[in-house]
Amino acid sequence: MFDFLLDPAQLTDFLSTGLRLSIPLIFAAMGGLVCERSGVFNIALEGQILFGAFGAAVGAYFLGTPTGGLGFALLFGALSGLLLAVLGITLRVNQIVIGIAVILFSTGFTSFMSRVLFPGSGNSLKLQGFGPVAIPYLSDIPVLGPVLFSQDALVYVALLTVVAVYLVLFKTRIGLSIRAIGENPSAADSAGVPVFRLRYACVIAGSTLASLGGAYLVLTQVFLFSDNMSAGKGFIALAAIVLGRWQPQLAFLACLLFGFFDAFQLRLQFNHPEIPFQVFAALPYGVSILALVGLMGQAHPPAAVGRPYDREMR
Amino acid sequence: MQAVPSRISLEGIVKTFGGFRANDDVSIHVAEGSIHAILGENGAGKSTLMNIIYGLYQPDAGRILSRGREVKISNPRQAMALGIGMVHQHFKQVDTMTVTENVVLGLPGRPVLNLAQDRKRIIDLAQELGFDIDPDQPMWSLPIGMQQRVEILKLLYRQADLLILDEPTSVLTPSEIKPFFNLLSRLRSSGRTIVLITHKLDEVMEMADRVTVMRLGRVVANIEASETNSRELARLMVGRDVIFDVTRTPPRIGSPVLEVADLVATDERGLSALNGLSLTVKAGEIVGIAGVDGNGQRELAETIAGLRKASAGTVKICGQVADRLNPAERKRRLRMGFVPEDRQKVGLDLDSDIAFNMVLRSFRLPPFSRHGWVDFAKIKTHAKQLAERYDVRMRGVGQRARDLSGGNQQKIILAREMEDEPELLIVSQPTKGLDVGAIDFVQRTLLAQRDRGTGILYISTELEELLMVADRLAVIFNGRIVGELPVSEATPERLGLLMTGKAA
Repeated sequence: MFDFLLDPAQLTDFLSTGLRLSIPLIFAAMGGLVCERSGVFNIALEGQILFGAFGAAVGAYFLGTPTGGLGFALLFGALSGLLLAVLGITLRVNQIVIGIAVILFSTGFTSFMSRVLFPGSGNSLKLQGFGPVAIPYLSDIPVLGPVLFSQDALVYVALLTVVAVYLVLFKTRIGLSIRAIGENPSAADSAGVPVFRLRYACVIAGSTLASLGGAYLVLTQVFLFSDNMSAGKGFIALAAIVLGRWQPQLAFLACLLFGFFDAFQLRLQFNHPEIPFQVFAALPYGVSILALVGLMGQAHPPAAVGRPYDREMR
Repeated sequence: MQAVPSRISLEGIVKTFGGFRANDDVSIHVAEGSIHAILGENGAGKSTLMNIIYGLYQPDAGRILSRGREVKISNPRQAMALGIGMVHQHFKQVDTMTVTENVVLGLPGRPVLNLAQDRKRIIDLAQELGFDIDPDQPMWSLPIGMQQRVEILKLLYRQADLLILDEPTSVLTPSEIKPFFNLLSRLRSSGRTIVLITHKLDEVMEMADRVTVMRLGRVVANIEASETNSRELARLMVGRDVIFDVTRTPPRIGSPVLEVADLVATDERGLSALNGLSLTVKAGEIVGIAGVDGNGQRELAETIAGLRKASAGTVKICGQVADRLNPAERKRRLRMGFVPEDRQKVGLDLDSDIAFNMVLRSFRLPPFSRHGWVDFAKIKTHAKQLAERYDVRMRGVGQRARDLSGGNQQKIILAREMEDEPELLIVSQPTKGLDVGAIDFVQRTLLAQRDRGTGILYISTELEELLMVADRLAVIFNGRIVGELPVSEATPERLGLLMTGKAA
């Protein structure tokens, strides 16, 4: 069952598949993590991946370039973030309810609009996507070279995002403020941190990041749009945030764990056609449940997450 | 009439919450370089007024002038830009962050943090102020007096020259108050203006240059401190004459209700907090635990209550070993009552209503629950009766505990804990942050309970209070009892020596 790990060609193939499957999770988890660190629950990640995917398809179809697709994906992500922020921060609606609403809305909206805009509802599109970019010299390293340094542009962006989120949160002034408004907004407010503005910024930036996960699916993996193509990735990303205890570097590792398990189960599906594939397809979800059960007790979310801030509340 | 220019002036400030007028046409002028006391009972509107100056609340009417120029303060950032800083009564700190991070938070500057540099400047400033602060400690691990010093340091780090201090001494021990007043004097002589919100008359008489007395949201007097006295201020504040004595009868002492032997326990940081502490409380007496804050008082109360695990030693309540029992079992089976130090976090569920807070101990038992069904009507009637008996001032028992003043919150806890006639009552800093009227009520209630035969362990850092209420005093130092004496033999001097570990 594990003998493929010994063959360099198969190993390379397995590792790149695992990494590729992790990328949407990484974008969504980093986005969600930024929101939650600032004190706003974003369970709408699933819907924002879908918005990103749809935006990418719209942009790439009508403008004919992958960059256009990327632009639209970012726009859709930012708009979904703005919606979330207005409802959750300004109007103080329950953030779980808003998240569910955004997910439901994204499913209906994108399915409907793809039938309106694309011939044959988007399933038969052949969109312009990004191609692999090999980094000279580094991509020649055996096994790791092709896995890490011969990937699509968005893969590099995802990896850089992890580093950027870590640096911003823990090494900058604004990161200190973000962590503070997630723990105790009233203390941060009193210390002069613009709580509302910063939460808006985090939710919009986080949502935009999540939408990149969808853009990646469309522009580098399948080059078409299909209904509900986010397929639970947003929820896995939520699990990765908890498993990573709200630390970007750990959440990143959690995403890799889920991605590699996904690659592993695909391999098992392929090698064991006699067993129903649903058994294997359930594997990553099973792993996420086990991982959460094992670590849940020790994980402390930001203290103020999910609680809208009201300055004059006594 | 004003020789010195005004640092900040409020003119005709009005602020309402719902239908409630917290501030009603308030006008105050604070002179540059002075210590200006705002005196009033809890709920008189002092804190609301200060939150307006600090930009946390917006007034419904009125003007604010900073150095004679009219200003609009919409948020704390604008207040800071005007040199205004505030230390809230309940500190506004991020518990999980370090001292350095808390001080730096919200400051403008280069986008990339240089905490090492800030850390050094914080150490320098702390030294200058005579503060012994470890900038790398997380905030939650600091004793409360230390947290206050961090708050003050935070303001001075931001170059604030108008310091608003909301009930600053309510968290300090007697031995900390003198140095704190010295600090205020030094700040004043360095040209800073201080607004001191308080309900303690002696503080006003000792420190303030000028006093504004508030009652029920209005200013009732604006006077020079040198032209008044405690009695007059008390009358202005409460609106009637106040008698400062508590009458008490000699105790009728019974058998032991609490026997603590060789108790050892650690604090949150794993440092030893109790080092072989032994203590007995008998029925019908009040034993006061005196000591400087942070010498194991909190850990002692929590270990007896069952909230903290002892690593050695035993706790016997009413003759039974309690070590393996959880707090609920100790309360129910061994008839223990517990009034915790932190009434907001440990004592109450702030977001629940008054009625539910009254039955937190017993809502799962008859008569409030039967066969798993809760009888809310009964809980409500019960709460109404208790609220009446304990004089809880509220709009109704459906009001959230969060919206009550500290004194009324404490009354709810007292009512709840004394409801089942406990044999042993642990009370920790029961009057912290309360006004004269509420303190009086709490002390009378506890004395009445003692006369009914309850043994009371009374932990407080307020010496005068202990001398007034306790029958016997035990002095805690470094996690052990270093001296026990009947209250008749206790003098502040003798206690002071014991409290600092200088006499055995």
